Amino acid sequence: MKDMLSKQAIGLKPSGIRKFFDIVSEMDDAISLGVGEPDFDTPWHIRDEGIYSLEKGRTFYTSNSGLMELRQEICNYIKRKQGVDYDPQHEVLITVGGSEAIDIGLRAVINPGDEVLIPQPSFVSYEPCAVMAGGVPVIIELKAENEFRLTAKELEEAITEKTKILILPFPNNPTGAIMERKDLEEIAEVIRKHDILVMSDEIYAELTYKEKHVSIIEMEGMRERTILINGFSKAYAMTGWRLGYACGPRVILEQMTKLHQFAIMCAPTTSQYAAVEALRNGDDDVREMCIAYNQRRRYLMNAFREMNLACFEPFGAFYVFPCIKEFGMTSEAFAEQFLAEEKVAVVPGTAFGDCGEGYLRISYAYSLDTLKLAIGKLADFVERLRQK
Amino acid sequence: MREELLKIIERNSRIDLKELAVILGVEEIDVVNELQSLEDEGIICGYHTMIDWEKTSIEKVSALIEVRVTPQRGQGFDNIAERVYKYPEVTSVYLISGGYDLLVTLEGKSLKEISGFVSDKLSTLESVLSTATHFILKKYKDHGTILTKKYEDTREKVSP
Repeated sequence: MKDMLSKQAIGLKPSGIRKFFDIVSEMDDAISLGVGEPDFDTPWHIRDEGIYSLEKGRTFYTSNSGLMELRQEICNYIKRKQGVDYDPQHEVLITVGGSEAIDIGLRAVINPGDEVLIPQPSFVSYEPCAVMAGGVPVIIELKAENEFRLTAKELEEAITEKTKILILPFPNNPTGAIMERKDLEEIAEVIRKHDILVMSDEIYAELTYKEKHVSIIEMEGMRERTILINGFSKAYAMTGWRLGYACGPRVILEQMTKLHQFAIMCAPTTSQYAAVEALRNGDDDVREMCIAYNQRRRYLMNAFREMNLACFEPFGAFYVFPCIKEFGMTSEAFAEQFLAEEKVAVVPGTAFGDCGEGYLRISYAYSLDTLKLAIGKLADFVERLRQK
Repeated sequence: MREELLKIIERNSRIDLKELAVILGVEEIDVVNELQSLEDEGIICGYHTMIDWEKTSIEKVSALIEVRVTPQRGQGFDNIAERVYKYPEVTSVYLISGGYDLLVTLEGKSLKEISGFVSDKLSTLESVLSTATHFILKKYKDHGTILTKKYEDTREKVSP
């Protein structure tokens, strides 16, 4: 058949992670620090609630937007954390992970040619989703000297007549960067001035190690122009349940719900019941996990200091993003050689955008024992490279 | 730092002091001082090792014993509890609400040794009204540690 495939789909670059994954999967005895999901099991009481819902035969579709009970709990949660009100009836949509919310959120607002501002390094999905929505991705390269925060100046310089929406990915995967209140206030001012939208991906909101997470929706005039995305994967260690949500202005959510309805129908019912339990009784679990991540984060920062490896101190998510520019190798070459010689997998920074060149993403969603073992090998490797 | 420190060493009392300081984000000397005061205050009462005796060739039998007793005037249950916990084969004694008063856990070499203890020593105490002995057949989880299974990382090795 001629032209069997979509040119747009073909045009998408395959994820840089995928390529690395293929190499690592070949090695049985490799230690991986390349995982983007918690090492904890979903807390038992949450799993139990999922099992219970199955036993009771709750195996049908829910409404397209998701269980009302869950939407209500999400509104309570955001009110509790951010002090902002959403209407569970019209302003919340339960999605299949945060990823779906990113996809349909962009499709709901983009017209052909609209520019989508994407700060990088960041999660791998924003750019392809923007393209498939008919938008034009415009990359903002975040800088180590700003601790990988987005500055008002960088934002201002990237905005054009065609700018439609800014994606705000903080706390950030892969850098671990966070945006504090003063940073967000400056961003909000630029956003209001240019009258553009924001998609704030706050999937790592619960995992911050400095001050409590602050959301852009708390800033004046931002709630009505922001699609807030969050989910259960990172905070409650529920990646495999595939459950996320979007909150935002009714007009946008109506369009998103329509897309969701036609493509997905509804998010998995079992997961939704489990998520209700997570929001009602999961605060302690989140706190415990957060404390454990913070201990590992401190361990890694100290280890980098001891091996003299440059790394800004990240205060969010569960990643550190050390700089390897001193070795004069590309991130990919470094990661591949490190894997080959020491059998430890880390992800090259370039998997998250070209400006990740010169950096590695190291995940600390691993036990301290695993980290110790792997970091010992990194120290040996770095030492060898320096002696050459 | 106190609660976080206690939680860490409750799971791993052999952790290196330097490492403890690093993951808590404090100086090593602060950890040393804090541990000292926790010991002085009797908050840290000991450092034990968890052993799954099942996996050794050493024979051990443990039992839980429910004990109903008559409390004594002016002493409540303390006096009788003390008489019980002084036996070295007794590993713990708890005062319990509900259908009985004391829960005694016991370790011995054989069923015979334990039943001997119950019939000769425990039930003959004056204020003991009755006992019910439950032998432990298998330990699945003890002190928060699962004994039957090892943790296995089943995640994909690399993910975004």
